[in-house]
Amino acid sequence: MILNKLEYRIKNTEYRIMKLDNSKQFLEGSHAVAEIIKLIKPAVVAAYPITPQTHIVEDLAKMKASGEGGFEYINTESEFAAASLLLGASATGVRTYTATCSQGLLLMTEVLFNIAGMRLPVVITCANRAVSAPINIWNDQQDAVTIRDAGWLMLYGETNQEIIDLHLLAYKLAETLRLPVMVNMDGFVLTHTYEPVLMPGQEQINKFLPPYKPAIGTYLDVKNPVTLGSLATPDSYMEIRKQLAQDIYLSSDLIKKYHTDFKKVFGRSIGDNGLVEEYKTKDAEVILVAMGSVCGTIKDAIDEMRERKQKVGLLKIISFRPFADEEVIKHLAKAKYIAVVDKSISLGSEGVLATEIKRAAYNQTKAKIQSFIVGLGGRDVTKEMIEQIIFDIKKDKTNKMHFISCTD
Amino acid sequence: MKEIRIHGRGGQGNVKLAEIIAIAAFEDGKSPQAFPSFGVERRGAPVTAFVKIDNKFIRSREQVYHPDYLIIQDPSILGVENVFAGCKKNTVIIINSDKSPKALCPGVSYKVICMPANEISLKIIGKPITNTALLGAFAAYYKFSTKSLEKAIKINLGERLDKEIIDKNIKAMHEAYDWVKKNYKLD
Repeated sequence: MILNKLEYRIKNTEYRIMKLDNSKQFLEGSHAVAEIIKLIKPAVVAAYPITPQTHIVEDLAKMKASGEGGFEYINTESEFAAASLLLGASATGVRTYTATCSQGLLLMTEVLFNIAGMRLPVVITCANRAVSAPINIWNDQQDAVTIRDAGWLMLYGETNQEIIDLHLLAYKLAETLRLPVMVNMDGFVLTHTYEPVLMPGQEQINKFLPPYKPAIGTYLDVKNPVTLGSLATPDSYMEIRKQLAQDIYLSSDLIKKYHTDFKKVFGRSIGDNGLVEEYKTKDAEVILVAMGSVCGTIKDAIDEMRERKQKVGLLKIISFRPFADEEVIKHLAKAKYIAVVDKSISLGSEGVLATEIKRAAYNQTKAKIQSFIVGLGGRDVTKEMIEQIIFDIKKDKTNKMHFISCTD
Repeated sequence: MKEIRIHGRGGQGNVKLAEIIAIAAFEDGKSPQAFPSFGVERRGAPVTAFVKIDNKFIRSREQVYHPDYLIIQDPSILGVENVFAGCKKNTVIIINSDKSPKALCPGVSYKVICMPANEISLKIIGKPITNTALLGAFAAYYKFSTKSLEKAIKINLGERLDKEIIDKNIKAMHEAYDWVKKNYKLD
């Protein structure tokens, strides 16, 4: 029995090496995440499986079993336990990791606020999925936006390459700022998609992201005793929250700086500067604003519309928290119409990103800004729907939120 | 760009088939994209999987609505879903069936290839898991290098299956390829 298991592991490793012998590889998104996490070398991984995050943590568990992964792997009894465990592990001054989504992320909520408030550099992958009820296992982005105000940096990737790269940036930011970072990848659309990626080498990674060595006095250590997460009275609570707010807001500059370093080491970019990516916005009459994998479909739709002389562009938001107002407005100011495409909704209001754009654009543009909801609960977002949005924003005299491709 | 849509039921290896096709195309120097669309998570439920193959990186995440190739692993699904939706005049349709195209789908004007994949798989692999046989039929119409096809099967099935079973899958793929070449006139 033991021998069989061992044989299985060896076989497993053999094929994985076979898979990884080219510089450009063809990997499933989840597998690519597991590979980059292995190379980032967290000390502790704690997770509870939930669709569509499962392949990530299954692959990490396999790596642990085969000896490839040098981390402690704890299969917890719930997401609440996973987050709590990582809070504790991170407080001892080591690199930590988990992945979750949807109900799992919501179950973590209380701990997520604590991780941020305690300034612990935990990194989470959120395999974005719809939220119950009705229960739905498919992709939208309702889960992460719901914990928007927890104090985490929130990054969104369009492709699996960006997802790999954002994990490197996430750890770099987390450990410098002592703040947690969430990397958002669309469930199924990215997690279950095979596409070509470049997997960075260990040497490159070490250059950009050296082993984590927190400063003495910032973690639990019997030789240098500290208290973390203690009570703050009305005398000090507000100042602590203000500092947290400022540190997160100012982290935009640090994202830009580390993005420049990233480009030097890896020879590629994450969007324009790790914050946003503009696509054909310069002369655009209509600019779509979106985040995540839907941006790929939007770019193709834009190219087709441009062939028909329609002046359309895209502003892709990579960093939702911090929200880089200046970077965003810079590209939007000249447009006549700004169509904000959300895969989530603040019930009783409108798309979450739409509200954000309106706030940032206040007094900065005369453009019509309108909220469009697409792809809730895994409904496929097509190029046709993107064209519908362009048609609707010009034709509609009101400013009301639209649900695209949704019957009344 | 070439687009492939696969229909079957959970547990038949539909997603694996999409992955193997995409890996083979990647090994041939193409830039593919493969992804599944699950129904409910259980064996027997209808599953659709998609592959797109192009020479440059594929940005769009749209599902496949107008396939160039349609592969149907389970003929019982013909009565459940409109699997022919969006097919074009020249779409190549490959169905796992021992019936003739005329008997299986009368009145359908598409180019239909029926191949007894169950029979081939049972004979060679010993199980009615037909994805590698259907891969062979597909390869009769979409040109891969033999080396890439065999490597794709090894890479994708290698994590779970023994070498002996993988070799049988490769044999089933070749036998299906030969069967289609013998029984259908290729363009």
